[in-house]
Amino acid sequence: MSVEKPASTQEEARLFPARRKFLAGLAGAAGSGCLMALGAGLYATQSRALAAQALRPPGALPEEEFLAACTRCGLCVRDCPYDTLKLAAPGDPAPTGTPYFTARDIPCEMCEEIPCIKPCPTGALNPALTDIADARMGLAVLIDQENCLNFLGLRCDVCYRVCPAIGQAITLEKQHNIRSDRHAMLLPTVHSAHCTGCGKCEAACVLTEAAIKVLPVSLAQGKLGEHYRKGWEEREKHGGSLIGDQLELPVRGLEGKPHGDSRVKDDPPSDASYPEPGQPSDAGTGLNSRWKP
Amino acid sequence: MTAARRRPDPNLPGRDAIARKGWLAAHKWLLLRRTSQLGILGLFLAGPWFGIWIVKGNLSSSLTLDVLPLTDPYLLLQILAAGFVPAATAITGALIVAVFYLLAGGRVFCAWVCPVNIITDTAAWGRRRFAIKAKHVPDARTRYWLLAGTFAAAATTGALTWEWVNPVSLAHRGLLFGMGAGLWFLAAVFLYDLLIANRGWCGHLCPMGAFYSLLGKTALLRVAAPKRDACDDCMDCFAVCPEPRVIRPALKKAGQESPVILDALCTTCGRCIDICGQKVFKLTHRFDRRSSP
Repeated sequence: MSVEKPASTQEEARLFPARRKFLAGLAGAAGSGCLMALGAGLYATQSRALAAQALRPPGALPEEEFLAACTRCGLCVRDCPYDTLKLAAPGDPAPTGTPYFTARDIPCEMCEEIPCIKPCPTGALNPALTDIADARMGLAVLIDQENCLNFLGLRCDVCYRVCPAIGQAITLEKQHNIRSDRHAMLLPTVHSAHCTGCGKCEAACVLTEAAIKVLPVSLAQGKLGEHYRKGWEEREKHGGSLIGDQLELPVRGLEGKPHGDSRVKDDPPSDASYPEPGQPSDAGTGLNSRWKP
Repeated sequence: MTAARRRPDPNLPGRDAIARKGWLAAHKWLLLRRTSQLGILGLFLAGPWFGIWIVKGNLSSSLTLDVLPLTDPYLLLQILAAGFVPAATAITGALIVAVFYLLAGGRVFCAWVCPVNIITDTAAWGRRRFAIKAKHVPDARTRYWLLAGTFAAAATTGALTWEWVNPVSLAHRGLLFGMGAGLWFLAAVFLYDLLIANRGWCGHLCPMGAFYSLLGKTALLRVAAPKRDACDDCMDCFAVCPEPRVIRPALKKAGQESPVILDALCTTCGRCIDICGQKVFKLTHRFDRRSSP
């Protein structure tokens, strides 16, 4: 059989040269056509990840949908009055042809009219967004706590002051400065409920490399499991605990201490009488609570 | 007068036509075509360059004089294949474009609008000028497989995969919004056409041309060969035609009586009209069956 087979194919080739040529040509066309499409698909799949420094215009659909909806026409870019938006060329940090902006270069000015959304022909920029404060272009993250001047104990506050949602999207949280032990640190803290991701804070950060950066929300934000419930929120919602009063058990070594005082090393040296908080103690023996049954 | 006729040279077509009609008449349609291509590009560029906003956007989607929306129907179908239903503006725009090309002939886009045409025409001229022989020419049906492949890729990835690499939109968008590394793609198309396959891209691979050829079955605007009896078989028209196979049925009555080039792959570029010293061809309408001696 194995000897006959090529012979018969040759025979066939002799008898039907046109048909063979046709089929070979068709297979070649189909093969190379599909290969090229596959290559483009692979390239696109690999480069579809949105780079961290590329933010979408306000109202952009979630990235998955956006990549199907955006025609890459640049009408939003043309109608941006501040030249914030750009269309990505191959090699830029966003999928080819799609609009993005780099917060550190030109942040979004959050126009009240949102002129970039209006010309979008497909709705890739969702016209349902009418209040720019509801935009979620990204989320600011104070990414470098080692170099942020406020974390170093200085009063820079620039990110806080330039924020269009001042006092809401970024607040300054007071905290004791352990290093100097006598000053306060005012730590810029971002609140996702108000941050639009406009990028003003990143653009204004006085450091050579911004300590606060606006990232695409998918990179910036974690997500609780769907089943998580916060006890204190549930209690408030229902006007009381859902599982009744809880049995409170004493913690060894902390009996009789004021509520919230969890210091164990301030324990008395020998007898059972506790010194008043703040009174000097000679304990210093770490975790030995000296509790005796 | 026939004594003045020079020996035809397939590498230097048009010498006869220039000798008989003069340079201008032998380049009339080519010049008109370049005017059309550059004029359309100019309309788009007038905005960003001179602040005259006549047309905004690019060939993928545009807005003319703030009223006329146009969208590439091929792109619209890819969006639908990717699973997104775009807003009415995009659909209206695509319908307008589709109706126009159904009447004018789909591949009128390739010859009169597409910016890549200038690149591949230059490559084809280079091949003739330097007598680079055709090698490794893919099957001309490859483009239809690639066309199907681009839809399949859009459907499976849920993104406009082909737009990552499409040289047509890369070229036009690049000229208007910044080329970036897109230049390498265009250089690749040029070198491929110049050194590897004669009319390789536009005539064999481009899925966009394949798509627009599907809109060419009802084209009213057509090139015909009413004076085909005067043909002296110099082959100049075949040498310059981007789709040489479309000429023969009309010129040599191969399978049809009508002198009209009916093949949907004809780009209506009119180069055959220019190049013919015997004035065999002319631009006419689909139903013009007259043969003038």
